[in-house]
Amino acid sequence: MNTAEELAVECRGVTKSFGSGNSEVHALRGVDLTVREGEVMMLVGPSGCGKTTLISIIAGVLNATAGECMVFGESMQQMTGAECTRYRGSNIGFVFQQFNLIPSLTLQENVAIPLLINGMRYNDAIPRADKALEQVGLAGRTGDLPAQLSGGQQQRVAIARAIVHSPRLIVCDEPTSALDHVTGQRVVELLREVAAGSGRGLIVVTHDSRIFQYADRIARMDDGVIQDVYGSYQEMVEAERVIQ
Amino acid sequence: MRRIALHMLIGDTGKYLGIVAGVMFASLLIIQQMAMYAGILTQIYSGITAAHADIWVMDPKVKSIDDSKPMTDGELGRVRSVEGVAWAMPLYKGSTSARLENGDTQGISLYGLDDTTFIGGPAQMVEGKLSDLRINDSVIVDATSATDKLAHVAHDGTRIPLKVGDTLELNDHRVKVVGLCTVSRGFQSQAVVYTTYNRALSIAPTQRKNLSFILAAAQPGKDPAEIAAKISRVTGLGAYSSQQFVDRTLNYFIKETSVVINFGLSVVVAFLIGTLIAGQTFYNFTMDNLRHWGALKAMGAGDRTILSMILLQAALVGFVGYGVGTGLACLMGLAMQDSMMTFTLPWYVLLIAGIAVVGISGISALFSLRKVVKLEPGIVFRG
Repeated sequence: MNTAEELAVECRGVTKSFGSGNSEVHALRGVDLTVREGEVMMLVGPSGCGKTTLISIIAGVLNATAGECMVFGESMQQMTGAECTRYRGSNIGFVFQQFNLIPSLTLQENVAIPLLINGMRYNDAIPRADKALEQVGLAGRTGDLPAQLSGGQQQRVAIARAIVHSPRLIVCDEPTSALDHVTGQRVVELLREVAAGSGRGLIVVTHDSRIFQYADRIARMDDGVIQDVYGSYQEMVEAERVIQ
Repeated sequence: MRRIALHMLIGDTGKYLGIVAGVMFASLLIIQQMAMYAGILTQIYSGITAAHADIWVMDPKVKSIDDSKPMTDGELGRVRSVEGVAWAMPLYKGSTSARLENGDTQGISLYGLDDTTFIGGPAQMVEGKLSDLRINDSVIVDATSATDKLAHVAHDGTRIPLKVGDTLELNDHRVKVVGLCTVSRGFQSQAVVYTTYNRALSIAPTQRKNLSFILAAAQPGKDPAEIAAKISRVTGLGAYSSQQFVDRTLNYFIKETSVVINFGLSVVVAFLIGTLIAGQTFYNFTMDNLRHWGALKAMGAGDRTILSMILLQAALVGFVGYGVGTGLACLMGLAMQDSMMTFTLPWYVLLIAGIAVVGISGISALFSLRKVVKLEPGIVFRG
């Protein structure tokens, strides 16, 4: 049994509704989820089941309607807006489905953004951004613009940006959706490499069954709740075979 | 993050130049229209300021510098006798026609200056001396008209400028050009010809009253406005300090003619269009980057950080656009310098345009910032 100190993320009874009255939509209907330190947790499920809403709440970019989400023992819902923003800036790394690289900035500037947000000087941040780009295999292209890269390379830049400030939790939304099989696997291996270890955590929202094997656990969501949590990809396959 | 803000803006060269071009066009439009307006206003009263007299005395019914209700010559002595008046000189101002060598006639403004002192004469001579007016049948012509309205047109259509030594026929009087001068062009844009007071009377059609204005000066240490008021009380004439006469002339044009108001309205419209262009251009730029601002917020950038980034971008765009726009407006002014167009660029036009353009960039930045502040960072997780 894990203690609270060993949990990277702990969500209890999280609900989220959008709209009100007749147009009210319940995106999450009481989600309980834990992610252990050093663990790679994948969230899977059909489109619209609430995966993205859940990681948005975990990452503190969206407020839950009810329930609580603790990240490394801290509840961002208890924080003021500014505290939450600061906490997010220093503890959480993001990999977005659309990469969200700023097209007019060089790769090194894009990667340096989390460091600059945390108050590092530009001249100190750039060498660290270069190192992060080296980690993702883009050492020679630090001065390029995002448009000069392929989709896979852009995703690697997004990963470099997510890890450059050594955040404790990395949340990824469909990180391999724009990538071919080989590149997708490389990207997940890389994420696994940097996120593994105590005091860290990685949550990946994905539809891509080709990367399920890299998960320590897989949570299957449907209709705004966690239906099952599997210990491995094989376990999930077995379970689905039994159901069929 | 300041450097990131600037690189976000400048890094996309095409978009950056587009925004700067928008603000530049807005600046150019505002400055050009205001400078033309200032030019028209200056034209209206340029005859007053160019004369460099403290006090203008005239028939009490005169409403502007272009309005002429001559007085009798005896009024000059009455004005000179008023206590506090240092000197008073006659000025003839009238219109007549000049007959050109090819037979064409051209309307001119004829100024007759005091025969001895030449008070009220042009401030700047291009060629010759003001004192050359002492030569018989001599006149001084404004240099712009000498190359334009009063120029001799050859058979092949080329214009041969009127030059010193040439002759002109003014109202059947042959006169000799002894000098060329620079003048502040009047509202009616006629060619300006200076001669002495008595010669002007001999050239102009004879009337019972000929004295258009009396130019006077207050004794040292005395307020011209007070002395002007005293002249009015004592003589019953209209007497104004130079500034009062400028105001009276402007008031007349504003109240009695539609020129100033109509053109003023077009300046207001240009001002509004210019500020809207500048504001809309920058607002669109910030909105185009909404997703990126959302990503920065998600990554931990606070509202204050984003506010300072957007305002810095607005300031850069505003200053660069304003600077280039002002430069182009100045070039336009230089190109118009010797033309009939009016273009005056006083410091306050630049100040007003600068405040408008940079201010509107900042205001539009704040407007767009409202959207950025309200923006949920969760937007970045949506497809």
